[in-house]
Amino acid sequence: MSKLKMKRVFICGLNEERQNVLDTLQRAGVVEIVQGDYKDAGLKNIDILDQRADNNQKAVLAEQAIGILDEFAAEKTGLLQSLEGAKDIEVDSYGARAGHIDEYMATAEKLSELARHIADHKAAIPKCLSRIDTLNAWQTLDIPLDFEGTEKTRVFIGSVAQDADAAGIYELLSEKAEGGEPLDVDIVSLNRDKMMSSFMAICHRDDADRTEAALRRINFVKAPMGKLVPTEEIADINREIEDHKAQIKALADEVATYGSKRDDLKFAADYYRMQADKSTALGRLDVSENAFFISGYTPASYAEQLKSKLEELDTVVEIYDVEADEDAPVVLKNGFFSGPMESVVESYSLPCKTDIDPSKIIACFYYILFGLMLSDAGYGLILVLACGYVLLKVKNMKPQTEKLVKLMFFSGISTTFWGFMFGSFFGDAVNVVATKFFNRPDIAFRPLWFNSMNEPIRLLSFAFLIGIIHLFTGMFIKLYQLIKAKDYKSAVYDVVFWMMFVGGAIVYALSVQMITDMLSLKFILSPAIGKAAGTVAILGAVGVILTGGRDAKNPIVRFLLGLYGAYGITSWLSDILSYSRLLALGLATGCIAQVFNQLGTMAGNSVFGVIFFIVIFVIGNTMNLFINVLGAYVHTNRLQFVEFFGKFYDGGGREFTPFTENTKYYTVKEEIK
Amino acid sequence: MENLGLFLAVLGAGLAAGFAGAGSAIGVGIAGRSAAGVVTQEPSLFSKVLILQLLPGTQGIYGLLVAFIVLSQVGILGGNIPSTAQGLVYFAACMPMAIGGFLSGISQGQCSSSAIGLVAKRQDQFGKAMIFPAMVETYAILALLVSILAIFGIPSGI
Repeated sequence: MSKLKMKRVFICGLNEERQNVLDTLQRAGVVEIVQGDYKDAGLKNIDILDQRADNNQKAVLAEQAIGILDEFAAEKTGLLQSLEGAKDIEVDSYGARAGHIDEYMATAEKLSELARHIADHKAAIPKCLSRIDTLNAWQTLDIPLDFEGTEKTRVFIGSVAQDADAAGIYELLSEKAEGGEPLDVDIVSLNRDKMMSSFMAICHRDDADRTEAALRRINFVKAPMGKLVPTEEIADINREIEDHKAQIKALADEVATYGSKRDDLKFAADYYRMQADKSTALGRLDVSENAFFISGYTPASYAEQLKSKLEELDTVVEIYDVEADEDAPVVLKNGFFSGPMESVVESYSLPCKTDIDPSKIIACFYYILFGLMLSDAGYGLILVLACGYVLLKVKNMKPQTEKLVKLMFFSGISTTFWGFMFGSFFGDAVNVVATKFFNRPDIAFRPLWFNSMNEPIRLLSFAFLIGIIHLFTGMFIKLYQLIKAKDYKSAVYDVVFWMMFVGGAIVYALSVQMITDMLSLKFILSPAIGKAAGTVAILGAVGVILTGGRDAKNPIVRFLLGLYGAYGITSWLSDILSYSRLLALGLATGCIAQVFNQLGTMAGNSVFGVIFFIVIFVIGNTMNLFINVLGAYVHTNRLQFVEFFGKFYDGGGREFTPFTENTKYYTVKEEIK
Repeated sequence: MENLGLFLAVLGAGLAAGFAGAGSAIGVGIAGRSAAGVVTQEPSLFSKVLILQLLPGTQGIYGLLVAFIVLSQVGILGGNIPSTAQGLVYFAACMPMAIGGFLSGISQGQCSSSAIGLVAKRQDQFGKAMIFPAMVETYAILALLVSILAIFGIPSGI
């Protein structure tokens, strides 16, 4: 379908053109360069590890500088702008700016130096504060902390880890004094709390040793060192903190003056990112003394353009078809409608060689299933309007974001459609408002088809029908793939028999009274049709049993494997039942909206009541929308991945990773793409 | 004892909302711890891991849904007071959601937690990471379905 056909491409040129060719290839972004293996021919690879590391490091430096600017001179960006991708710039202006790259990097280095200074000052402040904390206990002291006494006296300043006043400490000391003789010491209590008492002990120099020994016994801790009187030191430190703050402010202001350089830094970051990628590509090249050789893959649709473009640069380009057993990379290309599905397929696994690109087929089902799960016209319209607005307003969106927005846009259309079918507009908001505030219970948002709240079984039958169609589509795709691969045997054994088996059983079930009653269907098939269908089902089942184990040689094993294969009918049953989530999630959306609508009317019909209703309505429905969009997205993916892909899809394709401008802010324009 | 039916119905509704909500709370809690851990290292992954954290949250909503449908049918928020037999059926109908929601919520939370670990290591595998917890949720959805079908199908004459 829309899996791009790949071609093998070989490019050969002279070394002096090497940089030019690589630049062109990078801007074109359509060639995946693979590591050649021509060592035998005397070709060599270039060692690029240092070069690449250096480029990466510079890219990181520039990116950090942008981060610093963001911190101190934040750029105002709107919500819409944040969705934008890289901007296009012309080759000429790229060349001109690349000439200034050293200047840009000097800016980056300057910024990172400023940031380092700011960080140093910031780190110094907590240190100052903790010093102040230690000094606080000594504030009452009017001598320096490391004062040791005068000519005749000895002073000990410190603390013990208990709550005691001067007399208490003296008592403690006396108890521990040597020889039990009282100490001749003066205690001045400085500060006390539950954890610690700080004090100053003064004694005569002659008594110093005894006092010190006693102090040691009561676990005396010396005060922290300090040459100044504590209050003075605290004042000094406070001045120091102010100074740090002023420095930080000045440095931040200086950083802010670089605000205008942001674009240059972005350019530099992208420039070195591209250089790093170029180094990687260079490492994959095979070179001789004078020439280089590139081997790679390119989508067939670009091959000719690429060839003529490269031949202008005096190179030889040869293009071949990909060999059957080659592991060629895969790239998907779809239009506006099924394009968003590429990301869904990619998040599962890319198609392998024998797989088709399932994007187009899953697109229809995806939007239908999503719509059924959300099924509310109000929510659908919000999705359509919001996503439509973003699509119109933001021109160069990031590709992945654009796909997601488009996906929600189409899903929104489908959601609106099913909302009309089942009569849900913000749940039963129309009826609630009309009844409570206008006293007109006859006004309601009526379903075009049926009200799923009142007839859940009918919706359940419909969900199963959608499921059966979805699963059979999967089987038909498998049939198509097998026929295309000319594996007719498998086509009959693995697909046709199963279709007979399952399809016959379903038709037969519709002729059984009990089942049509259970699903409250309004019709029943005649017994004759039922009998015919039953026969087809049995033929299919016999076919499955006989061929299911055809790989085994031993006939008994083959039969048993066949029986086991037929047991796979249970997985069909569970697959179909799995679609009941369409009903459950669909009902959940409507019911939760109803809960909030009803909560909203509890304040009655008054001015306050209306305001209350609006507040509850907005909050409740926003929450409901968010949770159910998430639920619908996850469960639609699950139905596609598990039930649908399980029927035919192998996956395991290798992603096409072209040598391209893997940039964040700018893309250099080149005609080829 | 003429209100025994109502009592049973409200008990059922309460258990459905309470247990399913508790299951979700535990599940979201488990996933949230992993999510917070990942964000300490990679703040840019916040939105992705938040979505994964939210996945086990749906059981609580399903429980609320079942409770609300019951309350709106038995005379609390609308409808008529049920007979004792009807009340018993309401109670029974709420049980799948209560049990299924509670256990699947916890289990989905553990699964989400691992999925968050997956996204932390391989950011590009977000699509797959989301599917694993969704597999667990299937059974909560089936429980919800049985509860809803049973509640809607309760005959008026018993």
